[in-house]
Amino acid sequence: MKFRVAREVLADAVAWTARSLPPRPSVPVLAGILLEADGSQLSVSGFDYEVSARAEVDVQTTENGRVLVPGRLLAEITRALPPHPVELIAEGPRLAIACGNARFSLPTLPVEDYPSLPSMPSAAGIVDSDVFAEAVAQVAVAAGRDDTLPMLTGVRLEIEDDQITLAATDRYRLAVREFSWRPETSGLSAAVLVPARTLAEAAKTLTSGPEITLSLSSGSSGEGILGLSGKDRQTTTRLLDAEFVKYRAIMPNESLANATLPVGLFTDAAKRVALVAERGTPLRCEFTPGQVTLRAGGSDDEGQAEERCDVDFDGDPLTIGFNPTFLLDGLAAVHTDRARMDFTSPLKPAVLSGVDEPSTDDEKPAPATRPGSYRYLIMPVRLPG
Amino acid sequence: MRREASILHLDLDAFFAAVEQRDKPSLRGRPVVVGGVGGRGVVATASYEARAYGARSAMSTAEARRRCPSGTAFLGGRFAAYRRTSDVVMELLRELSPLVEPVSIDEAYVDLAAGPGHDLSVSGVTELGRRLKERIAAATGGVTGSVGIGSSKLMAKIASDLDKPDGLVVVPPGGELEVLHPLPVTRLGGVGPATAERLRQVGVSTVADLAAKSLPDLVALAGRAHGAGLYALARAEDDRAVVPDREVKSVSHEETFERDLTDLAVLGREIDSMATRVGNRLRSSAYSGRTVTVKLRRYDFTTITRSQTLPQPTDDPRLIAATARRLLTEAGTSGGLRLLGVGVSGLSLYAQGDLFADDEEPAEDAGAAPDAAEPAAGQPELPVEKRWWPGQDVRHQELGSGWVWGRGLGRVTVRFEGPTTPPGPVRTLAADDPLLEPADPPSWTPG
Repeated sequence: MKFRVAREVLADAVAWTARSLPPRPSVPVLAGILLEADGSQLSVSGFDYEVSARAEVDVQTTENGRVLVPGRLLAEITRALPPHPVELIAEGPRLAIACGNARFSLPTLPVEDYPSLPSMPSAAGIVDSDVFAEAVAQVAVAAGRDDTLPMLTGVRLEIEDDQITLAATDRYRLAVREFSWRPETSGLSAAVLVPARTLAEAAKTLTSGPEITLSLSSGSSGEGILGLSGKDRQTTTRLLDAEFVKYRAIMPNESLANATLPVGLFTDAAKRVALVAERGTPLRCEFTPGQVTLRAGGSDDEGQAEERCDVDFDGDPLTIGFNPTFLLDGLAAVHTDRARMDFTSPLKPAVLSGVDEPSTDDEKPAPATRPGSYRYLIMPVRLPG
Repeated sequence: MRREASILHLDLDAFFAAVEQRDKPSLRGRPVVVGGVGGRGVVATASYEARAYGARSAMSTAEARRRCPSGTAFLGGRFAAYRRTSDVVMELLRELSPLVEPVSIDEAYVDLAAGPGHDLSVSGVTELGRRLKERIAAATGGVTGSVGIGSSKLMAKIASDLDKPDGLVVVPPGGELEVLHPLPVTRLGGVGPATAERLRQVGVSTVADLAAKSLPDLVALAGRAHGAGLYALARAEDDRAVVPDREVKSVSHEETFERDLTDLAVLGREIDSMATRVGNRLRSSAYSGRTVTVKLRRYDFTTITRSQTLPQPTDDPRLIAATARRLLTEAGTSGGLRLLGVGVSGLSLYAQGDLFADDEEPAEDAGAAPDAAEPAAGQPELPVEKRWWPGQDVRHQELGSGWVWGRGLGRVTVRFEGPTTPPGPVRTLAADDPLLEPADPPSWTPG
C-alpha cells in the first residue's frame, strides 16, 4: 500500500474515526484504525462491535492495500504533522509516514484478525443534517447515564411517515422533539431505541454536508442497526434491545399557570443562585405576576442566595423546586430567546418549550399540542413543609 | 486521654445466651449456644457454661456440638427479645448521661462528664458503676454486664474486658500504662491476626513490647496510618469522643422469618411490604434518601448487606422495592434466609419526583396479581415440624406458654415455662397441633 494525501484531509478523517474507538478495547485489534487504499479512495474505519465509523477521502494511490494501525497513536500523529502532503507506505509489518521533514514508522496490527464492519442497512430516508444535529442534541441531554436501566440510556426514534419524533428521559426529565424528513417510501412506521451518547456524537459530527441518510435494519431477525451517512462519512450503531417507557401518557394535557421567560437572563440568574445549592438540594422558583424569585440554600450552615427576574406569569402564584442541573439543561436546549413554562402543580411536571418570536403577539399557541416543537418536561423536587 | 476516669464502657455478658437463660429457667446454669442451628450454622453467642467446653462465637455450630456435652441447648436467635432487653439497658445508660454511644445491641460507651453532677473521683465512679450493674440486673430480669471506666474509650473498653463476666474495673487516671502494658497486643483494637503475626516476628507480644518500638519502626511494619495508631494506643493515647448517634441517618425495616425462605417470589413480596413501610415512614417524616440497602441473614447466621446509591433521592416505595429486589437477586438466596431487611439512607429533606411513578403503578399491580396465587406452587409445603425451630416462643391454648425444645418425626417438643416460672415440664405434641401457635417473646417482669 502506498498513497499521498493532503494533511488536513487525512487528519480530519482519522480524528473523526478515532472518536468512536473503544477506550478499553476487549481485543487488541479493536484499538486499530483500518486504512484501505483503492484507486483514488482511502477509507478510514473503526469498529468496536457496537459502533462502526468509516470516513472516505480522496488520495493519490500508487499501490492499493489495507493496513491496521494503532488508532489513537495515528490520530495524535496526523494531528501534529506539519502542513505538507503526507505519504503513507506499508513496509512489511510497519507503516511509514512521511510529511515534510518528519518521518514515522509504526507497527501494524494483524489486519486479518480485524472483524468486518456491519454492512450499511438499506436507506430509509433523508434528513436535513442541521435539523437532525439540533434535534438529537436537544433530546439526548435528557437521557439517563445509569447503565443499570439500559432503556433510559437511549433516544427513542419514532418514524411515522414524514415525521420523526425523538424522545429521551432519565425518569426525572423528558425531552421530545419532532421534525419532518423525506422517507424513501410513504407510510413508513418504525420505532427504535438508539444509544444516546453514540447518536449525539454522530449527529454532531455529520454536519459537513447538507443531508444525512438514515438507514435502519430493525429486523425481527438479528440485531437492529441504525446507519447514518453524511458527506464522505458513515457510521452504524447497534440498537438497544429494550422497551421504552410510555412517555406520551405523562405529557400534561392541561396547563393551570404559565410563565414566559427571557432565556438568557433567567439562565444567568439560575446559575448564580444554584452556586449555593448543594448536591440534591433544589432551586426554589417562586412565580408571582410579573416576576420569579429564585432561592437556594437555606439552613444556617449553608450558603443562601436569591435573585429576582422579570417574567410574564399567568396564573395563581406558585412555588416549585427544581434540580438546578435539570432546569439549566432544559433552558440551554430550547434554542429560542424566550421560553415558556407550563405548570399544573408544584408536584407535577413542568413543561418547558421554546417561544417562536413572530407569533408572540398573537394568541399564545399551546406548546403541548404544537407539532414539531421541542418540549422538555421536568419533574419538580418536592419541597419540605 | 482525660484527667478523670469519666468514660464508661458497658458490655453485656454473653448477651443472647443470657436472655435465653432468663426466659428459659430450665437452661439456667447449663450450656446454651445461640446461632444457626442448621447444618452449616455459625455460633452467635455461647453462654459461659458452654464456653467452658470450648464453644466460641463465630465457631461453626457443628464444631460447638462436638465440643459441648449432650444436653447443651442449641437455639435459633430471638432477635425481638434481645432488642427489647437491649432497649431497657440503653435507656438506663441515657439516665446517666445524654452522651451514650451504642456500639452494638449489647455494647455502649457513656460519657459521664456530660452527665448531671456525677462524682468523677475513682471512688465516685466505682460506686456509680456498682449501682448501674444492680439496676441493669433488676430491670432486665437478671442479665449482667461488665463495666469498665477509664480516662478514654480505649481504657474503658480494656477495663470492661478485664473481669468478665459481671465485672467492674475502674482504671484510675495515671494508672493506664500499668494496666495496658502487661496485656497481649491482640487486646488493642485494630490488632488482628495478620498484624499480630507481623508483630510477633519482631518480638512484640505484649503492649509493653509495642511501646518500646519507635514510630518509624511501626510505620514500616504496619503502614503509615495503622502504624501511627498502634504507636498512640501503646501509650494509651486516645482522644476519641463519645458520639451519640441520635440523628436519623436511615430508615429501615427488617423481618425475621419463622422458617428460612428461599423463594424469590415470596421474598420479593416481603421486600415490597417492607419497602412500603420504609417509604411511608420516609414520607411521614418528609425525608427521602439516595441509598437503598438490603440486609440478609442466611440460614447459617452469616449476615451481609448490599446497597445501591440512586442518582436522586427518593421516597417512592416502588423504586425502593425495585432496587432492593435487584440487590437481593444479585446477593442470592441459596440455602435460605432467616432475616431480610430493607433500608434507605443518605437522607435529605428533598425528594426528586419521578415522572413515571404514577404511570407504573397499574402495570406493577397487574404483574403482581398472578403472583398472589403462587406461594402454594412456588414454595413447596414444608414438613409441618419445620414450622417450629429450637428456642422459638410458643403458646398452647391449654398448656400455656413455652418454647420449642426440639422437633422431628412430625412432632414438636415444648418446654412449658417462662422467665417468671420455675423450670417447667416438657411435653411432646403433634407438630400440627391446632392449639399450638407461635408467640411473642415473654415479659420478664412479674405480673
